[in-house]
Amino acid sequence: MTTASTQKDTRQIMSGRTARVLRRPEVGAAVAALLIFGYFSSTTDAFLTPAGVSTWLYSSSLFGVLAVVGALLMIGGEFDLSVGAMTGTTGLIVGIMTTQFQINIWVSLVLALVFALAIGAGNAYLSMKTGVPSFIVTLASLFILQGANLAITKLLTGTVSIQGMADVPGYDSVKVLFGSTLTIAGMDIKVSIIWWILVTAVASWILLRTHVGNWIFGVGGAFNSARSVGIPVVKVRMGLFMATSAAGWLVGMLQLFGVSTVQATTGLGQEFSYVICAVVGGCLLTGGYGSAIGAAVGALIYGMTLQGIVFAQWDNNWLKLFLGVLLLLAVLVNLYVRRRAGDRS
Amino acid sequence: MTAIIEAQNLGKSYGTVMAISGISAELNGGEVLCILGDNGAGKSTLIKILSGVHQPSEGKLLVFGQEQKFESPRDALDAGIATVYQDLAVVPLMPIWRNFFLGSELKKGRGLFKRLNIKAMREITKHQLAEMGIILRDVEQPIGTLSGGERQAVAIARAVYFGAKAIILDEPTSALGVKQAGVVLKYIAKARDAGLGVIFITHNPNHAWPVGDKFLLLKLGASIGYFKKSELTIERMTKLMAGADDMADLAHELERKN
Repeated sequence: MTTASTQKDTRQIMSGRTARVLRRPEVGAAVAALLIFGYFSSTTDAFLTPAGVSTWLYSSSLFGVLAVVGALLMIGGEFDLSVGAMTGTTGLIVGIMTTQFQINIWVSLVLALVFALAIGAGNAYLSMKTGVPSFIVTLASLFILQGANLAITKLLTGTVSIQGMADVPGYDSVKVLFGSTLTIAGMDIKVSIIWWILVTAVASWILLRTHVGNWIFGVGGAFNSARSVGIPVVKVRMGLFMATSAAGWLVGMLQLFGVSTVQATTGLGQEFSYVICAVVGGCLLTGGYGSAIGAAVGALIYGMTLQGIVFAQWDNNWLKLFLGVLLLLAVLVNLYVRRRAGDRS
Repeated sequence: MTAIIEAQNLGKSYGTVMAISGISAELNGGEVLCILGDNGAGKSTLIKILSGVHQPSEGKLLVFGQEQKFESPRDALDAGIATVYQDLAVVPLMPIWRNFFLGSELKKGRGLFKRLNIKAMREITKHQLAEMGIILRDVEQPIGTLSGGERQAVAIARAVYFGAKAIILDEPTSALGVKQAGVVLKYIAKARDAGLGVIFITHNPNHAWPVGDKFLLLKLGASIGYFKKSELTIERMTKLMAGADDMADLAHELERKN
């Protein structure tokens, strides 16, 4: 071991506990979330009231479920733009099957999930087999789903929204799962917030504590390397696409049973919101790096800003401007982190 | 002592094209076999046969005295032959320990709570790298922060840890500067001292000479010499490789005319 001492790592720039914390992908987002929270809490009266808090938490939770699962897909090196439209599609499937065709509500739920999984698998299959970037493949499925949402809903119901969900047999028992509200410490907590926390916890566990998580990082970080060490790369990505579609289904159900109706335009203009949440939460657009908790914090930022702007009675077009700036900042910070982490290859 | 790998008259043809033919060599534990040759000499074809990617169309491959017909790289790996390719099969942004165990993670617990044994993996990584002479404060840092030579060492240490008896290094020094190449040569010597057989593929005689015990020189798919170190000098090896006449011609051609 005579050569050992000559091989000290002089290259390590940051070390110790602080560095380990700063190196985490979600830190930047957490700081931003605190600033936004502080700002709207001090400038508006409604933001910090129990009703206010439950409003922006609810809003965040719907983005959050998609952002967290979408973050896993992004870490795995792929995109799914169609998942926003999927929330509408699955909601409409359940709505139309139960109100128009009197199909059992539980059966409808399962069929909608199967449909979502099939679309996810289809997205995965097309992009993996043809090598066409998933950005393009899912852009196509986004348009297909959006078009179908409107056209088929109009065709079958004559309107662009589902009415009479509340009268469907079994509605109340499903609502407990997806649309109920708990009162905790004087605050109305929508069940979707519980789902959001649950999904974040499970995703984070998978990502950081299981071999599947290791594989996801590997597949997104260096596809060929991952394949040559024996990781089933196609299965990993297939699983991620299907999980993302399933998350779309979950959010579809949370929306449907939260407000008992669904618009055929649901998800329109939301294609990028979960991508923004994930990137603001520290995910690299190029894959291989990111965090589930970061994406959840990204969604929190989105939800707080969305509702904070309403409470502050600003024109809500400021939201898009603000998000654009935030996205740009996040991408620059992520780029810096990545350089710092020494992605030299 | 039986050789770890013994090649007897190996040949490989793609259709009507003979990529290599009549290659014989043997590799013992604690020995470095250098395979030298210019581009197109057949080095990659030979590696692909040894590592199980391709099957030879003629000749025999013996591993520990037993004839082997590898169907896949997995078979070669199971027989104890690991190949470290130029891209090293590492993921730059992932921590060193996650890279070390990528695809072969250690787990604990059962059922839904089956999880990574992170503590053990960190310690093993640290220990294995220390054996190679790399002392790291933090195996949590992304592997991309290591130098090219150190990354090679991680790839070698990984192959050793997962049971390789022989490792094949495909041009490990070609993309590196002089100093880093020296670092890699040291790791090759370390692996040799640990009793492994090392096949070191390179086109640079200056890299091969200091660590090699045996030298197999390839040209246009055929062996132009198989030497023990005592039978050869670096000057002669360089000449053989370049083709002495070719070099003389070239020197003549490049001479200043005025």
